[in-house]
Amino acid sequence: MTSVNVDLNGKIPNNVGLSEDAKLQRALEGWLPRYLDWWNEMGPSDFADKPVFLRTAVSVDPGGWAHYDYVRMPDYRWGIFLDPGNGPATIKAGDDAGKPAWLDVPGEHRNALRRIIVTQADTEPASVEQQRLLGHIAPSLYDLRNLFQVNVEEGRHLWAMVYLLHKFFGRDGRDEADELLLRRSGNADKPRILGAFNQPCDHWLSFFAFTMFTDRDGKYQLAALSESGFDPLARTTQFMLTEEAHHLFVGETGMDRIIKRSAELQKLDPNGDVRAQGGIDFDLIQRTINYWYTYSLDLFGGEVSSNASTFFATGLKGRYREEQYSDHLALEGSYRLPVIEGGRMVENDVPLRTAMNEVLRDAYVADCERALRKWNKTLEASGSPTRLTLPSRRFHRHQGIYADHHFDPQGNLISAEQYAANQARWVLVPEDNTYLLSIMKPVYEPGKFANWIAPPAKGIEGRPMDFEYVKVHA
Amino acid sequence: MQDVAHASAGGHSHATAPNPVVDFEVQPRSYHHWKVSYEGPIARVAMAVDPAAPLRDGYELKLNSYDLGVDIELADIVRRMRFEHPEVRVVVLTSANDRVFCAGANIHMLGTSSHAWKVNFCKFTNETRCELEEATAASHQTWVAACNGTTAGGGYELALACKEIYLQDDGNSAVSLPEVPLLGVLPGTGGLTRLVDKRMVRRDRADVFSTTAEGIRGKKAVQWGLVDAIFPRSKFDEKVLERAKALVTAASANLPTGERKGVTLDALHPERTSNGRKYRHVELTWDDTTRTASLTIHGPTPDDVALVERGADAIVRAGADVWALRAFRELDDALLQLRVNHMLVGLVAVRVVGDPSCAQAHDAALIKARDHWFVREVMLHMGRVLRRMDNTSRSFFAFADKGTAFAGCLLEVALASDRLYMLDDTSSPVHLALSEFNEGALPMHTGLTRLQCRLLGAKPQLDALVGRRELLDAEAGDEAGLVTVKLDDIDWDDDTRIAIEERASLSPDALTGMEQNLRFAGPETPDSKIYARLSAWQNWIFIRPNATGPEGALTLYARPERPQFDWSRV
Ligand SMILES: [Fe+2]
Ligand SMILES: [Fe+2]
Repeated sequence: MTSVNVDLNGKIPNNVGLSEDAKLQRALEGWLPRYLDWWNEMGPSDFADKPVFLRTAVSVDPGGWAHYDYVRMPDYRWGIFLDPGNGPATIKAGDDAGKPAWLDVPGEHRNALRRIIVTQADTEPASVEQQRLLGHIAPSLYDLRNLFQVNVEEGRHLWAMVYLLHKFFGRDGRDEADELLLRRSGNADKPRILGAFNQPCDHWLSFFAFTMFTDRDGKYQLAALSESGFDPLARTTQFMLTEEAHHLFVGETGMDRIIKRSAELQKLDPNGDVRAQGGIDFDLIQRTINYWYTYSLDLFGGEVSSNASTFFATGLKGRYREEQYSDHLALEGSYRLPVIEGGRMVENDVPLRTAMNEVLRDAYVADCERALRKWNKTLEASGSPTRLTLPSRRFHRHQGIYADHHFDPQGNLISAEQYAANQARWVLVPEDNTYLLSIMKPVYEPGKFANWIAPPAKGIEGRPMDFEYVKVHA
Repeated sequence: MQDVAHASAGGHSHATAPNPVVDFEVQPRSYHHWKVSYEGPIARVAMAVDPAAPLRDGYELKLNSYDLGVDIELADIVRRMRFEHPEVRVVVLTSANDRVFCAGANIHMLGTSSHAWKVNFCKFTNETRCELEEATAASHQTWVAACNGTTAGGGYELALACKEIYLQDDGNSAVSLPEVPLLGVLPGTGGLTRLVDKRMVRRDRADVFSTTAEGIRGKKAVQWGLVDAIFPRSKFDEKVLERAKALVTAASANLPTGERKGVTLDALHPERTSNGRKYRHVELTWDDTTRTASLTIHGPTPDDVALVERGADAIVRAGADVWALRAFRELDDALLQLRVNHMLVGLVAVRVVGDPSCAQAHDAALIKARDHWFVREVMLHMGRVLRRMDNTSRSFFAFADKGTAFAGCLLEVALASDRLYMLDDTSSPVHLALSEFNEGALPMHTGLTRLQCRLLGAKPQLDALVGRRELLDAEAGDEAGLVTVKLDDIDWDDDTRIAIEERASLSPDALTGMEQNLRFAGPETPDSKIYARLSAWQNWIFIRPNATGPEGALTLYARPERPQFDWSRV
């Protein structure tokens, strides 16, 4: 497909032939004003009129996907892009692997695909809602700009998913697209679909942990969908992954900068007391890791799942980088899973297909372990004796086979009483928020950073550190 | 993605598991799966299925999914609510799980069950739901479903049995019947029937709904008539309670008489032997080699009659010891034992022992006291037990020989049987007798009396019988159209033996089908459709390769392989 780049109302960069697609135009014309209403109500609060140095994707060409300029967020050009791909696509996984991919939705998979797309789509506006107040306590203009970049791109991801719903799912798809704007993160009556997207994200430590761990779940879900036999979904998610990489960068380096700064403050303080120096102590950082990592693990779904099996078997989803496997059927193998039987841990072999959520989770866990090693290198380089760890994937779970039991961070089965007695040491508690909010005051002066975080290694797109990434006084 | 009805931690085998001996009697203090609480006229029944307490090994009851054990407790709750809690006007059926109301029948249980087990399971659950509906219709106890989470498959069918359905509106909770698209079988506990026949959902919408695995939620569920209203999560309990209170007022009009003080149903404690169960008034014995059983019911004694003749207050004081309640509870248990624990028994020889005049007097006295809520409940219970007999897939031959007394409510046992053999011996005369119980108090699922059903093409005979109270000897019984075969004492032993042996030699499947077709002459009702149309189709689908063959959808559910259908329409 060639890049068309003709807009609806001069607003929507795209390569999906929007100008020739009357049906899609009509659907989007109805949805666009509702989307803007949602953005104005639930998007970043109070910064609508501030020019932000943002990256906008205007085409899928190598030079087009990262166009930098000052933009006011409500004027952001949320585009619709499919990865151009190379040649005719095939189904990557399951019983029909190798056959031509579907260019339209097969009737038998319509409901399942719609559900998959809606579930993914729901996470995009959810995180914008979770992060809407963070601009008021940003540690620097650099970070403020990164927050807004993430926000507008999550908005674009919603567009990408809504495009699929409008284009391929008719009336039902339009209804679902509308409902995506009606649910609200953390609202008891209209919650977002998945648990982690209803957890409050009140401060920047949670923001960095969220973009590190929860956006990383998104990366793996998108990667599995980019192996879909439904070609428009595969190509849409492929393109989203390029933007997602930046969100993960924000999270991983944000955590790294906090860790680096805490190590400096640890050294600075005569008693090695980070809090005495107004920083974020390592216990609190560890609790944050424990909290967001485990909520993010939940997002992968049940350890043994008939849905996961069906999605793989029917080619709706693949594994992470399906091409690395030689057997795309996955009918033969099994997966060894620790389970709880009669109050103790035993290992069960389950059919590989039913363990596809766990296979994807494995790739995610390995990626998180890599980041932990990097952060510990930072500690090492700073001369700090502290080391951070990832908790067991059984710890603090709310979904799946471990959710009904209690585990310590090492993954040992413990009693509910033991868990309750240690909870405040293991995961975020309300007092943590009180402390973090007490040290997080906005820093809007170009080149300046809050005391609790180190500056980044370099600026955005070759700009200097004291560049005015957000014109807050405009 | 979260699985809606996923119920296994894996490692399960799909071999058919051996069936345990099932006990149908349970006590509230030992419920595993339900929490029942009472507040004045409103009771709350919360499903809280213990995953680790299945009836058989080999599956876990996750996400409030149920098996026969869960349903036996529910049936017990419905029954005790009527007898032990007559003060209750509205029962709110809900879930103790905050995400799932009920995920339906446990799929791994179904997948690992023999055909017979599945059929018995479905039949019992259907009977429980009909009982629940009857409580709403006849006992001034209105059941309301408060679906506070995912309501899938059998979970929605359970809700459909309630008078009203309320669904939590949280953007996620949906009602659904995913059986056809996910499992290749039917929603087998009345779902399809109640959708179009009870809630009168348009058939085209019902078609869409029943093929959409994820179901329908929110406003659309209300618009389509799938639920009565939706309430937001934060207001759900409050709104349901509001509605329950309004229904209490409605259900309190025209209440039967009597102080609303419950009658406890004690345990039956039958004497068990290797080949029998002996209750106080009922005795069941079986012989697996001849594949026959003998069911004997002792009619009311003069003492029983005297008690009932003292009136409603005396009857309530006797409580669960009243013959009419005790004997029919025992008969109910015996029928369930036969169905589930004695699969080889094909023919049941039925006898009623006692004095026909005594039975008539008993019936007349009971009918006289019927305005009292307890007497009314006793009679409704008798009707349910007889309907259970109508639906039992065994050949029943009633034998009216010396000492028997098929009379009044116990004549129904003969009329529910497939044949009645009567001894014609002037030296030891045997009598049949009618009472008001044969004339409308104990209806079949079709709404007819068993006499009407039997004499559908013989209006003059029927008219002649109504109101007739003299004892009928073999001659008169035969003329009245009640007797299948009249035998003198010389022929009795040989002819009845041959009849039994002949019956026991025929194909059990064909007999079940034949009997179920012959027993229900006359019109259809939603209930009869559930037991006939819906169950028959379901049972056919259950044995079809597309469901239960090695590549069938039910077999392969939650397994890595996808089902392979034989596409030819049959
Ligand atoms: Fe995203
Ligand atoms: Fe993201």
